[in-house]
Amino acid sequence: MSEPVRRAAPVALVVAALLLVWYAMAVWLNAPQVIERLDGFGAPWGARELVAATWSMERPVLPAPHQVALNWWQSVFDADIDSPRSLVFHAGVTLSATVLGFVLGMLLGVLIAIGVVYNRVLDRGLLPWIIASQTIPILAIAPMVVVVLGSLGYPPLMSKAVISMYLCFFPVAIGMVKGLRSPDVLQLDLMRTWSANGPQILAKLRLPAAVPFLFASAKVAIATSLIGAIVGELPTGAQAGLGARLLSGSYFGQTIQIWSALLMASLLGVGLVAAVALVERLVARAMGARA
Amino acid sequence: MKRWRTGLPLLILVLVAWWMLGVVHGDGPKGSALGGLWIALAAWVLLLWFVLDTLARQQGGRATQMLAPALFGLALIYLWELLVVGWQVPKVLLPAPHAVGQALVSRWEVLWPDFRQTAVAVLAGYAVGCGAGLLVALAADRFGLLKRGLLPLANLAGAVPIVGIAPIMVMWFGFDWPSKAAVAAIVTFFPMLVNTLAGLAATDAMQRDLMRTYAAGHGATLMKLRLPSALPFVFNALKINSTLALISAIVAEFFGSPIVGLGFRISAEVARMNVDVVWAAIALSALAGSMFYGVIATVERAFTFWHSSYRS
Repeated sequence: MSEPVRRAAPVALVVAALLLVWYAMAVWLNAPQVIERLDGFGAPWGARELVAATWSMERPVLPAPHQVALNWWQSVFDADIDSPRSLVFHAGVTLSATVLGFVLGMLLGVLIAIGVVYNRVLDRGLLPWIIASQTIPILAIAPMVVVVLGSLGYPPLMSKAVISMYLCFFPVAIGMVKGLRSPDVLQLDLMRTWSANGPQILAKLRLPAAVPFLFASAKVAIATSLIGAIVGELPTGAQAGLGARLLSGSYFGQTIQIWSALLMASLLGVGLVAAVALVERLVARAMGARA
Repeated sequence: MKRWRTGLPLLILVLVAWWMLGVVHGDGPKGSALGGLWIALAAWVLLLWFVLDTLARQQGGRATQMLAPALFGLALIYLWELLVVGWQVPKVLLPAPHAVGQALVSRWEVLWPDFRQTAVAVLAGYAVGCGAGLLVALAADRFGLLKRGLLPLANLAGAVPIVGIAPIMVMWFGFDWPSKAAVAAIVTFFPMLVNTLAGLAATDAMQRDLMRTYAAGHGATLMKLRLPSALPFVFNALKINSTLALISAIVAEFFGSPIVGLGFRISAEVARMNVDVVWAAIALSALAGSMFYGVIATVERAFTFWHSSYRS
């Protein structure tokens, strides 16, 4: 077998097993409601009718995978892109907040990291607090940030981005501190023999050395940024965004809608991480890394 | 080390801080009318920086190492208090620390049951999620096919906002804590799985060969070599998950909960603009989160004392 097949086969096997379990679960979880309805019709029914009915309910406890896929397909390709029925529209709203928060978080994280590496007080005093800040459920502030900034007249995009930024900056700051400190003494001494000053050492040695660390952190950061944007959409009663779609689905018991929003969010997350990985590869090649 | 070189500035810092606090909380003018005070504050910050710098230079035991961050944290809270009160920042925007403290005390009868409700969900979900992650990792390690199939999917799960599963769990398990525990369990499962698998792969060929020369089977190699060397990774997952479980339980409460729970309290009090109570709830969960993390870190020290990160 060729290499890609050898690697993909087990994954396909596990995915197939998961889908089988899912279909079985759908029968099992939806059966009580379906049986009640079938009994109500009075007509005799067998296993075939039961299974068919559990996989095609309008508001199932657990929708079958093909129902989710169909709903996803319809709300992506059949709906107008700027109508609230379109998942592309909602994903776009969430995506803009995610990316804005990600960019702000990267900037903040890099700045903090440079401060920590170059300043002893920040290193000793601030760094422990940055680490401690991660034990704070920052996401819990999300509703407050959105409501408070909203009441001050800021658009929801800004408040969601602030939450995402808050979640993003930590992995970036920690990764960059590690990266900026990764040049060893020999390299630093070499820079000194060339009488390089602080900014020069930063620009020509420390920052390039930190790039792999930056991208490793960025992949974590963009995933958390997406979570931040989605959670930020929950409390506003927002009309747009994947989080709002989840919330309205849960209000009206539209389970298929929830699952297809989840599918969209997952695809968005995977796509964003893949995009960062692609940029990483391009940058690495531009910096002369061997493939 | 000459103690008075830090002791004296520290004394001045505290006295000036006390005086400024009194001025700000008094009945006098506020905001830009307090011109002299803000100049004094600028000088205070400079002196603070000097003291922090001296403290940061000092070599010493753990207690000395803790001094700089402790002072830094206290100073941040102090500045927060001084600026918020001095500029009369609206309470809705940012309540002063003393207001948060007052809310924490005066609403304790409400906040404590909230905390207990959420804590039960977090602990139950954490235990189930971490336990399941560990067991599945052990199974996947035993059967190579399962591992090659699961690992890419588990890595993919890191990019997926799993917490979005919350509304579905609320539908399945009802409004009470089991639905929050379910979300916490699912969210904590994947980090544990990935980390444990990485940990089980962390032994080198020499060590495994040595076990083979002892004629140790899979079970004995696992118990005596591979699980112990996977422990740092497992504890890493336990630490990551402690915060994750707390966050996901609180977020799950936004989707529907009985009228008790930290997430419920936060969303309810935000709607009423009682921001000081919200901050009190957050302070409480932050405290609980840090303690949870601290307990796990302590246990980690006891179990992985041999690891190089503790022996330096």
